[in-house]
Amino acid sequence: MVNYIWLFMILSGVIAGIVQGEMNVVTQAALKGAKEGVAVCIGLISVLVFWLGMMRIAQDAGLLKKLASVLHPVARFLFPNIPRDHPAMGYILSNMSANLFGLGNAATPMGLKAMEELQKLNPDKKTATPAMCTLLALNTSSLTLIPTTIIGIRMEYGSVNPTEIIGTTIFATCCSTVMAILLDRWFRRREASKKRI
Amino acid sequence: MYDAVLFLSKVMIPAVLAFIPLYAAFRNVPVYESFIEGAKEGFPTAIQIIPHLVGMMVAVSIFRETGALDFYLGLCRPLFSWIHFPEEILPLALLRPITGTGALAFAESIFHTEGPDSFLGRMASTMQGSTDTTLYVLTVYFGAVGVRRSLYAAKVGLLADLTGVLASWFIVCWVFGI
Repeated sequence: MVNYIWLFMILSGVIAGIVQGEMNVVTQAALKGAKEGVAVCIGLISVLVFWLGMMRIAQDAGLLKKLASVLHPVARFLFPNIPRDHPAMGYILSNMSANLFGLGNAATPMGLKAMEELQKLNPDKKTATPAMCTLLALNTSSLTLIPTTIIGIRMEYGSVNPTEIIGTTIFATCCSTVMAILLDRWFRRREASKKRI
Repeated sequence: MYDAVLFLSKVMIPAVLAFIPLYAAFRNVPVYESFIEGAKEGFPTAIQIIPHLVGMMVAVSIFRETGALDFYLGLCRPLFSWIHFPEEILPLALLRPITGTGALAFAESIFHTEGPDSFLGRMASTMQGSTDTTLYVLTVYFGAVGVRRSLYAAKVGLLADLTGVLASWFIVCWVFGI
């Protein structure tokens, strides 16, 4: 699917460029996009280095295992295929907690670490596992209690009550997360039954 | 209640930063050395993501800057005005899964013209908080471990975004009135 989305965006962009007779816009846009991509990665370096360092301390101290055993029921429900004491669990749960508290830039390093551990369990390294898809579903639906970024921007624009949208955001984000979990379940079953045939 | 939640979000990171090393020190973990060991992995991970993110950003950039995105927005408009979805906010709904910075810029332009406490401002805020840049998350997470076939992850993410958009619309109408 990502392949099609990618192709679709590039082709429709190039066609739009041809129709308007402005091919140089396409070229400039491509180079601008490439620059932006590298810039985002460079920006990620500091966040990754810092949080992965902190996470290693937490791991060495046995904190991640503790977190995993406290939140075991949640984990069991969402990720039935991961062995109980696997390190992936600790990272997945810290990723979820970081998302929940609106610590967006801490969530990414933990999520990537979780992906790395899940990849170790993966028999086919080029194809995603159902557990990876569940982790992605949780992250793309962004379950959060405090939408910190948007509250900050609302303040900047002089909102009388910048936090008034917390309630509505929690409602909407719960809807999207529940939907993501249900869809993930449904697709996972479908994929499994396809394999059996 | 909201103040308590906001306070929590402010002290969360400092608290975590103090708690993890302290707890580890009690467990006789060499905290600084541990930190360095873990931090070493940060750089290669970031570098690993570059090709994936560049590939995606190039496509997104071409799609946006050439006006192709606006063209498709125009196509979607009748459908959304048919269900009475506020037209002004439609670009945000479509931008959100594709580009985080683009969506944020659009939300800010709504705050600028309509004000953050207007109906559209509140709806933009709620949508922004309840959805995520699906394409970016997919690219970064799968890119970091080199997975090529993402199965159904993209579909789930995009449908969850759609749910978030519709739920935001519903709840903002209900709580704040139109």
